[in-house]
Amino acid sequence: MIEIRIHGRGGQGNVVAAYLLAMAAFEEQRYGQAFPNFGAERRGAPVMAFVRISDKPIRRRNQVLHPKFLIIQDQALLHIHGVLDGIVAQGCMLVNSTVGSDELSQQFGLDIVSIPATSLAKQILGRPVPNTALLAAFLGLTGMLTQESLAKVLQKRFKGATLEKNLKLIEAAIDMVPLNHWNKETAHVATA
Amino acid sequence: MLQPLEGSQAIAQAVALCRPQVIAAYPITPQTHIVENISKLVADGTLQCEFISVESEFSAASVVLGAAMAGSRAYTASASQGILLMAEVLFNIAGMRVPIVMTCANRAISSPLSIWNDQQDSMSVRDAGWIQLYCADNQEAVDTTIQAYKIAERTELPVMVCVDGFILTHTLEAIDVPTQAQADEFLPPFQFKRSLDPRHPLSFGTLVSPDFYTEARYSHHQALLKAETEILFADQQWAAITGRRCGGLLKVEGHPDAKIAILTIGSVLGTLQAALDEFPPEQPVKLIKLRCFRPFPVEALKTACENLTDVIVLERAFSPGGGGIVGLEVLAALAELPTPPRVHSFAAGLGGRDIPLSLLGKLLEAAKRSQHERFSIIDVELSRLPEEDR
Repeated sequence: MIEIRIHGRGGQGNVVAAYLLAMAAFEEQRYGQAFPNFGAERRGAPVMAFVRISDKPIRRRNQVLHPKFLIIQDQALLHIHGVLDGIVAQGCMLVNSTVGSDELSQQFGLDIVSIPATSLAKQILGRPVPNTALLAAFLGLTGMLTQESLAKVLQKRFKGATLEKNLKLIEAAIDMVPLNHWNKETAHVATA
Repeated sequence: MLQPLEGSQAIAQAVALCRPQVIAAYPITPQTHIVENISKLVADGTLQCEFISVESEFSAASVVLGAAMAGSRAYTASASQGILLMAEVLFNIAGMRVPIVMTCANRAISSPLSIWNDQQDSMSVRDAGWIQLYCADNQEAVDTTIQAYKIAERTELPVMVCVDGFILTHTLEAIDVPTQAQADEFLPPFQFKRSLDPRHPLSFGTLVSPDFYTEARYSHHQALLKAETEILFADQQWAAITGRRCGGLLKVEGHPDAKIAILTIGSVLGTLQAALDEFPPEQPVKLIKLRCFRPFPVEALKTACENLTDVIVLERAFSPGGGGIVGLEVLAALAELPTPPRVHSFAAGLGGRDIPLSLLGKLLEAAKRSQHERFSIIDVELSRLPEEDR
């Protein structure tokens, strides 16, 4: 079972990102579970969501305390207490940031990949919503699920111009990351 | 068809499959997504029904009461303070023996204000005279919602389907939403034989003198006790159509020779199942999923607990100054056994506190202590309290 935690701010599509990832797992006949960290939702407030992906039914419903992967939708959150908590040894982090991957990795002592998802989204979607670009980059990095599965769930979620632009956005985002860079070992032993 | 859905969305679809004619609800976290999704189904024409926006939960409950009395299949949903505001009407609905189904998206009660999950809301109206069924996952929430109409209409009692707020309502997972044909085969159109009709006037909820009040209460109690059969029947009938059952009154799993059992109510079951797999305890442990809390299934519980030495009740609410609500009822029921097990009652996960896998070890450890605590809040952090409150 792979456990992922997504951090963002209210309005960045944090829960949607978590749901899309679990839905993409379902497209590949795997089990997916996604849920928000139940907070008071308001625009701009730090929020998080959890995703589990497994080949077996997922029964636990506790929060993801020890993620293998962190997806950070806003680089400023890196400095907020608790955001990096519990990440497993050899854990990996994808950050929406204009700061380079190497610089961030050095700064935080973790395997970090960054992409400027907000500016990419602004450019292609016309809106600063980084979630789908980050999901595409995440799938490219991990090889966990295919880009086609993500495209399929986007087709279920969005319509018309929004869908077209999102499909373009995920194509562009995946080109920004080294493919399968985190595909060495995706098996993850969960702990309590 | 199995599909990835948010719990609330799946519950809304399940409600629509039951073809309710009147829905009235007032939004409250974490119930909101359920009624939002239902109102979308009404707006897009998928569900033909009267959706009545009201100004409070008191009115929501009153509207569905009136609608059901007039012979409509009715639905409402609420949580927390909303349930409390409905409380007076909830007792009336039950006392008038009106079949209504409502979802309680379980949430803590103020004060202090908490929007997060525990089961203090539904437990606070356990004496309202409703059937109460608790769901362990979203599949059960869907299946129980549909079963609830059958149970309600055959017993002429209202049914509260209790679904852990956020933990189920806001979780996306693979859920098999049945087909309309399956729901129709299971659930015939609602015919309320006491529905209000000016040609055959009847009075409900009127003043009853001491000559008859006791008899009214007696018959209400008997109706709830007899409802056990209908709850089991609905689960069996549903299984015949869909192949899925929800565990009837309660369900026991785990090692058959286990001497220790943990009794859960609601969605914490899966976390304990995962904990037992990942950290198998030295001594085998059974899990008892209590699905039906009202009526309280005394006989089924006694059978499930024969030969046990310890029953650990994991409470998601409690009665301050008293103790665990479920635990006390379990203790009373099991006292009738020739060699009753020790009953331990532990509350955890109040007001949304996360229940991690490590709770399993804590529960088993606490139950082992020679000093037998009747009730405690097992995940309290005493260091967060001033000295005098510890």
